[in-house]
This record gives sequence, structure tokens and C-alpha cells, in this order.
Amino acid sequence: MARVLVGVKRVIDYAVKIRVKPDKTGVVTDGVKHSMNPFDEIAVEEAVRLKEKKIASEIIAVSCGPAQSQEVIRTALAMGVDKGIHVEVSGPDYETLQPIHVSKILAKIAQNEKADIIIVGKQAIDDDSNQTAQMTAAMLDWSQATNASKIEKGDKHLTVTREIDGGLETIKCKLPTVISADLRLNEPRYATLPNIMKAKKKPIQKTTPKDLGVDISPRIQILSVEEPPTRQAGAILPDVDALVGKLKEGGHI
Amino acid sequence: MLSGCSRRIGTQWKRFQSTLVIAEHNNEVLSPITQNAITAAEKLGGEVSVLVAGPKCGPATEALAKAEGLSKILVAENDAFKGFTAESLTPLILKAIKQFNYTHIVAGASALGKSLLPRIAAKLDVSPISDVIAIKSPDTFIRSIYAGNALQTLTAKDKIKVLTIRGTSFEPAALEGGSVNSETLAVDGCATDLTIFIDQELSKSDRPELASAKVVVSGGRGLKSGDNFKLLYDLADKLNAAVGASRAAVDAGYVPNDLQVGQTGKIVAPDLYIAVGISGAIQHLAGMKDSKTIVAINKDPEAPIFQVADYGLVADLFKAVPELTGKL
Repeated sequence: MARVLVGVKRVIDYAVKIRVKPDKTGVVTDGVKHSMNPFDEIAVEEAVRLKEKKIASEIIAVSCGPAQSQEVIRTALAMGVDKGIHVEVSGPDYETLQPIHVSKILAKIAQNEKADIIIVGKQAIDDDSNQTAQMTAAMLDWSQATNASKIEKGDKHLTVTREIDGGLETIKCKLPTVISADLRLNEPRYATLPNIMKAKKKPIQKTTPKDLGVDISPRIQILSVEEPPTRQAGAILPDVDALVGKLKEGGHI
Repeated sequence: MLSGCSRRIGTQWKRFQSTLVIAEHNNEVLSPITQNAITAAEKLGGEVSVLVAGPKCGPATEALAKAEGLSKILVAENDAFKGFTAESLTPLILKAIKQFNYTHIVAGASALGKSLLPRIAAKLDVSPISDVIAIKSPDTFIRSIYAGNALQTLTAKDKIKVLTIRGTSFEPAALEGGSVNSETLAVDGCATDLTIFIDQELSKSDRPELASAKVVVSGGRGLKSGDNFKLLYDLADKLNAAVGASRAAVDAGYVPNDLQVGQTGKIVAPDLYIAVGISGAIQHLAGMKDSKTIVAINKDPEAPIFQVADYGLVADLFKAVPELTGKL
């Protein structure tokens, strides 16, 4: 049976309308609702389903970030994950923490924990990078299956259906492997109150990138974060004829 | 002596940018996003080469041979690249980087580019930059974060820059008037058993490709069923438009996933985007708000889509859309 590692990131809740800081150094995060990155919820759900199907033996959730990252680990534990590892990174280090750093951390933990399958979300909805799975696979020299919408267990491999630009494709990935979860992989469950209570007793191990021997020195310098240009408010037209007129005017028809 | 000499050469080389663009193709045609990637590469300054790898490279290589201003096309034709897996292409590209000392590696931010470039970057121990929308200098780029609600300008400190570019943010490079030489790359060491491509199931359509269409007609939950999407197909046919969808329409099973426009689907920026029965959630706007003209047809006057629409029609789509199609 496989040991599964899932990566979970604490991000600003997807429904929050973000605000850029007036000094253009980033977006306002203080006092803003955060939750688990939606794609990571799907990754956790898939890991739990693998355990329910007796494919996975143990699931470990890893989160890199400030102390509050433990909240998303607790959520993962409440969904059915067995134990958590919190890799503490805070302050300015967290501002410049990138997928390259996280993937090195995940790769190291995967080796320490003898994981066979790593599942992460396809992208975090804050930095929108879509890199961590691919980079973790590269660090470990494992196969990768990005944008997975279906996972089936074979002998020494997984058959994964991926969402690609023109439709779907199916690949066979040799185990051990790294998977990134797409929206359609599954419908994540809600953590029930008894499971939330139980999750409080599950262990969360704390570590740091330094303990893991991972250098997190910045690879980028953020020069500014700004509001995108806003669109001019448009006009509400009275009927279809007016719309046809505007389309003609604009040279669209 | 020797080290002093190589250091001098080192500083001289630094002044020259040289970029490798990873071409995307399906063994039959070159994917249009490659042309956008070439334009982005040209903005970096310096020489631009393009790599065509795959089981059958002829058609893409021929198309690229007519591009203007390219310095070279590298061709690696082998069955090892079946399915264009990142695991087989990465060693090839690493070898090319080693041989030609590229300072920049560029690909379109398509499913292929997104899957492949981070793997290459990790092998080079550099941090890739995803979905670049503007190039300010060879090391400074702009990209959107938080579903397009903020623009981040950053300087990449790594020696080699690995970038995926947003196709809709760069004009396509013309594929005429030039004559580019091609060179064969050795493919030894690229075959891998890590990942094996099995098959593909592509949505068939005679309409223009969503990501590069001039006009896009998109439907949301308001369409109520997959059958009702026919209303949009009829309208799209009149406008020679591609058809897109919101996540709600995809999740409800009205249309396949690859039609999804938004943060987690396709990013489009057509001349005309017609949103029908789409409320305009942040995640959907992320995929279409750079369209030149946005038209919204929705019966809810409070729908957020009207805040970004140039022209809004508060109407029942089941009446308005057939009427519009009839009048075009």
C-alpha cells in the first residue's frame, strides 16, 4: 500500500475580493479570511479516497507557511488525513517563498517519510503559479501527472486522465509519482464536527526548511504589486436592435 | 591564466541574450501559441531559436522555417516524444541548454508549457515565471496573480530565466518572409518509462480555437441544459466565433471541460466576448476581462458581469439570443 503526501496551502479565501496595499508591496492579508487552497482540498479528498479504497496506507499533509498554516493542516486532518507536518516559514521569508522552495521541501519530506504518491493542487489561487507538482517530480526524478481528473491504480503504476487544452488525455505513470489535482477530480467532502474534534488529537509535527536542509533564499525580487487597469463602465442597451447597432458600429459584424 | 580568460568570456557572454522557444505542435500543425511565444522571445532581445520535438516534426518545422528573424530551428524527431511528455522532453531541452548556453527558455502557458517548463526549471535549479503578460527587460516581468486581480512586477535573480507566456498578451509572430535553417538534435537519453502516453480524447469542432478566436460566445448556468447550448452554437456560427463556458456550465455537464474560460480554464482576450447567462464570478472574469469588447446578456440586472461589460442587455437569453442570431 502506498504512503501518500499531500501539499496544502493557506490562501486568501477564493470568494474574497482582494485589495492591493497602497504602498504596492503586495495585497492586504491581515484580517482577511483565509482557507485551504480549493485545489488542495481536492488533493486531500483524493488521498482520503485512495485510503478508503485501501490503496493508501497513511496520508500525511504538509503545509509551508506561518503559524496559521496549521489551521489548514487541521482541516486536512478533519477530512481524513492521518498526520500533519508544518514547515514554518514566516515574515519576509514567506513573501518570497516560491514553488521551487516548496517543491524542495516536499521532495525532502517525501524521502524522509518514504512516500510513494504526492498529490498537490494544480495551482494555488493566490500566486497562480501551477509549478509545485512538476518541480517536485523533477527534484525526485519521479513521473508527473498534472491536471488530473481521474486516477486509477494499476500494478506499479497509476493510470491518470489529464485535462489538456483540446480535451482529455490518458497516461500511465510509474510509481512513485507526483500528481496535481484539477477541478474535476472529485467533490471534496465537508469535515464533520466529530471529525473536527478527532482531528485535534492527531499529531502535527513542526519543522523548518533549515532542519530539512532546504535553502529558501529568494529567487525573485518583487518590485511592485498593482491593481489591474479597471474597465470603463459600459451601457445597458434597451433591446437587441440597439445591440446589433453597437456591434455594427464596433466593426464586429 | 586560464581562469582569467574564461571569466572574461563569461562577462562578454552575459551581454548576449539567447532564447530557446519550445514549439508546440501535434505532429500535423504548429500550435498558434508558438507564434505568441516567439514574439515574447523577441522582446527579450538577442538571438531566438525554436525547438521542435516530437514523433513527427516536419509540418511544424516547415511552418517555422518561414518565420522572420529566427536564428535557428532545432529539430528532434523521435518516437520517444510520443505524447510530448515532460519526462521525455526535459532531458532533451537540458542538453540543448548545455550545448547552446541559452539565457532564456520560453513556451506558451498552455497545458504543455505549464506541464513542461517547471520540470526543466527544477532540473536547472531556477525558479520559473508562469504566465508572463509583459516583458520589461530581460530579467523583469509582469504577471497576474489572484485571478487577475493584481499585477506583480518581479525581477528574476536566477541565471537562466524559464518563462511561460500568456498567449493573448503577445501578438503572433508572422510566419512568412524568412528562411530559417534547421539543425538536428541528438535524442539519446530521452526515452523514458516514467510516463507512457496512452491516448487522447479531443473535443471535435469546426469552430475557431477558443484561446485564439477573434470572437467568443460563452454560456453559463443560465443556459439550463446542454441542449440549449445550441442557441449559442447558432450565434457563434453567424459570428465565426468559438464557444466557451463558465465553470458552472462545465460542472453541470452542459459542455466539456476544455471549453471553460477562467482562472482555472482558458484565458481568452478576443475582440468580442459575448457572455450569455453568466453572472461574472471573479474566477470567470480572470479568463476574459482583457477582451476588447464585452457584451453581457443576462436577466439579472445585478449580475457582476454588467460591471465589466461594454454593452449589457438585461433580457431573457432564450428570447434575446435567437433574436440576435436572426438579425446578424
